[in-house]
Amino acid sequence: MTDVAQKQASRFGREFSALDFARDYGVLVIIAVLIIGLSFLSDSFLTPRNLLNILNQSTPLFIIACALTLVIIGGGFDLSTGAIFGVASVTAAWFAINVDPVAAILVGPLVGLVLGSVNGVIITAFNVHSFLVTLATALVYRGMAILVTDGKLIPVRIEEFAWLGRQKIGLVNVAVIVMLGFMLLMMFVLNRTTLGRAIFAVGGNEEAALLSGIRTNLVKIITFALSGAAAGLAGVITVSRLSMAEPQAGTGMEFDAIAAVILGGTSIMGGAGAIWRSMAGVLLMALIGNGFNILNVNPFYKSLTTGVIIVLAVALAAAGKRR
Amino acid sequence: MTERPIAVSVRGVAKSFGGARILDDIAVDIEAGTVHALVGENGAGKSSLGKIIGGYYTPDEGEVRILGNHVARFSPREALGLGVAMIHQELQLAPELNVVQNVFLGRESAKAGILTGGDLDRYQALEQVCDFGIDPLVKVARLRIAERQKVEIMRAIARDAQIIIMDEPTSSLTEDEADRLHEVIRRLTSQGKTVIYVSHFLDHILANCDNVTVMRDGRVVRTVPIAGQTKKSLVDSMLGREADILWPDLPPAPAETVSPVAELRDVATETGLKKVSLKVRPGEIVGLIGLVGSGRSEVARAMFGADPITAGDYFIEGEHQARLNVRDAVRRGIGFVPEDRRKQGLVLTQTTRPNVSLGTLGAISRGGIIKRQLERSRVKRMIDHFGIVPGRIDGNVARYSGGNQQKVLLSKWAVADPKLLILDEPSRGVDIGARQRIHEFIVEMAKKGVGVLLISSEIEEVINLSHRSYLMSDGRIFAEAPSASLTVETALHRVFLEQNRRSTQPEGVVQ
Repeated sequence: MTDVAQKQASRFGREFSALDFARDYGVLVIIAVLIIGLSFLSDSFLTPRNLLNILNQSTPLFIIACALTLVIIGGGFDLSTGAIFGVASVTAAWFAINVDPVAAILVGPLVGLVLGSVNGVIITAFNVHSFLVTLATALVYRGMAILVTDGKLIPVRIEEFAWLGRQKIGLVNVAVIVMLGFMLLMMFVLNRTTLGRAIFAVGGNEEAALLSGIRTNLVKIITFALSGAAAGLAGVITVSRLSMAEPQAGTGMEFDAIAAVILGGTSIMGGAGAIWRSMAGVLLMALIGNGFNILNVNPFYKSLTTGVIIVLAVALAAAGKRR
Repeated sequence: MTERPIAVSVRGVAKSFGGARILDDIAVDIEAGTVHALVGENGAGKSSLGKIIGGYYTPDEGEVRILGNHVARFSPREALGLGVAMIHQELQLAPELNVVQNVFLGRESAKAGILTGGDLDRYQALEQVCDFGIDPLVKVARLRIAERQKVEIMRAIARDAQIIIMDEPTSSLTEDEADRLHEVIRRLTSQGKTVIYVSHFLDHILANCDNVTVMRDGRVVRTVPIAGQTKKSLVDSMLGREADILWPDLPPAPAETVSPVAELRDVATETGLKKVSLKVRPGEIVGLIGLVGSGRSEVARAMFGADPITAGDYFIEGEHQARLNVRDAVRRGIGFVPEDRRKQGLVLTQTTRPNVSLGTLGAISRGGIIKRQLERSRVKRMIDHFGIVPGRIDGNVARYSGGNQQKVLLSKWAVADPKLLILDEPSRGVDIGARQRIHEFIVEMAKKGVGVLLISSEIEEVINLSHRSYLMSDGRIFAEAPSASLTVETALHRVFLEQNRRSTQPEGVVQ
């Protein structure tokens, strides 16, 4: 090896700076600070009950953000998750009442899978940006949910259906276990499979992926299908928990999910990111909410605080890139 | 030597990034009205020095004087105010605007912010100086790289730049286009302007520059007049050791009776190929010679299934291919290294490992699940084989030098054990060390029985590294010759002759 080469090796080798660390792991630092701070401020914060409660309440968002991460890494954007959540909710409720309560649990994710695939097919067939397509399909899907229910709530008080949202195994809710399982599955897909590789490549450089023999369109469709399925699953869990399906359910949830993914540090430019980041993003948002509750702070400040933290996180990430 | 005023004076300049010192104690004087070359291996700091003079980087230490003005800290905008313009390797134009709009971007004829027109007249005046012959109203997105570069030069001149820094100006130009660029540069210096010429192309530097600063490891080795320098003397001081520019020995060419691994017969495409016929035999290196836009890359893309073939026949190992797509091509054992490694080749958001594996995920997985040990050992083998630096399996490719990025890209297809390897500009913008390794690799592949299609704007490279060459012009192959029978001059002569014979098409616009 020439000395030039050696010098380059040291130059591009392990570099360490506080800015890099803050950019890569800033979200974890903020979470740690919040946890420590809240534990001092309130005795009721650091209890298994409260912590599990935080997890349980955020389960739908965790699930949606998980799959949305794949979409965003793949260079896409999904604004229809909230609407799919709504469609899946009412469909599952109707199915539980009129057909079979256990099968209804599967119907939710299935409906989501189909609607998500429709997104993916439109995006790839017409080569339109996913932002525009899902903006439009979100309206269509929401309209469908309202039409089939006449805009009314659907109560579902059925034991065999409610267990998903209400049952506990020990201290832990079944929904939380389902969420963790889904998360592990998504992590596995992203990090250990050829599909995961293809997702990173498509988001990072679509042309390079194409010229490597990757079926880029199929990869994109799959990410949207997964995102839809996740939204459907989240919808079913919520209906099962509340014993009530609502056509307007999940409105605005797509933005919470996108915020969580960005907050975690996944690049909206695509090609880079991780599931754990989005999980951390959701957790951070949940902790802020929980903090407001247990400290009895005026909840009017919650949205403002979350927004400021997102801006800070994004600015920090940008500062790390610019050099 | 006559005393000329000093246009740029750099004294004791140092610059570090993330703890690594990339420039150290730089002292250079650049005389006004000259072409001053900065040479060195990739990573030697020549581009960084250019960026400091251009205002893109602020030095940590030291002093820069531009036309006598001391500047401690300044931005590209202020540099421009002082008369310094930089033309980047990756050109910085607004693709959706037309040529005139780009040339006068930010300097439009206007009153109180309202456009008044008249830019076209100013453009014509500028064209008197430049004589580039580019249609002023065509969108920049439709221009070839060579033309875009000219637009950048016009932009610099329109801003009345006295000092123009050109970073690798000829790396994407053909010899002919480079000649024309050098003519422009001579015209600029005869008008008293100063050109700082950062390049790998020693021939161009020797022929066109007045002075040269050789850099190594972030330091200046020496600054001397170009007269008296040779390619070898420059390379020696760049590398700090004796080095010869050697072409590796080619394996013997396969007999004509050997059936080709790939064959095109009268192929046409929407991308402009007409009646293209060629053969590549196993173990044979076949070159494509032609100017940029002659259809060389289009042949590559058609053979890789990236552009559909609209007429004619394509055979891979004797089998007729209808509706070949990239996926099939890869499966049939074809590898393709495209000309723009950053845009078309590498996924820069990812590390070395996934980039190497991207073309052959099927071979390292079962049921869609990647075998991680197998993948790691395979990538490690490639890193060792090519001497990729840094040698980390998960190195940050985006920060690698051009040569090492190119080696990663070559690894992607080397692990595929291809039958046909198509290389489009495999050594563009890489340093001498990497270039030699890449040349060795090409020969290595041929020795293993791989058919290689080699495309390069450097005719010298094609001639010395191939058994047989096809000459292209205007989407057609007009001649075929054993590469040993060609010289750069004869090949170019034939290409120009052919082009003049056919010169009916307006130049500069991609159809």
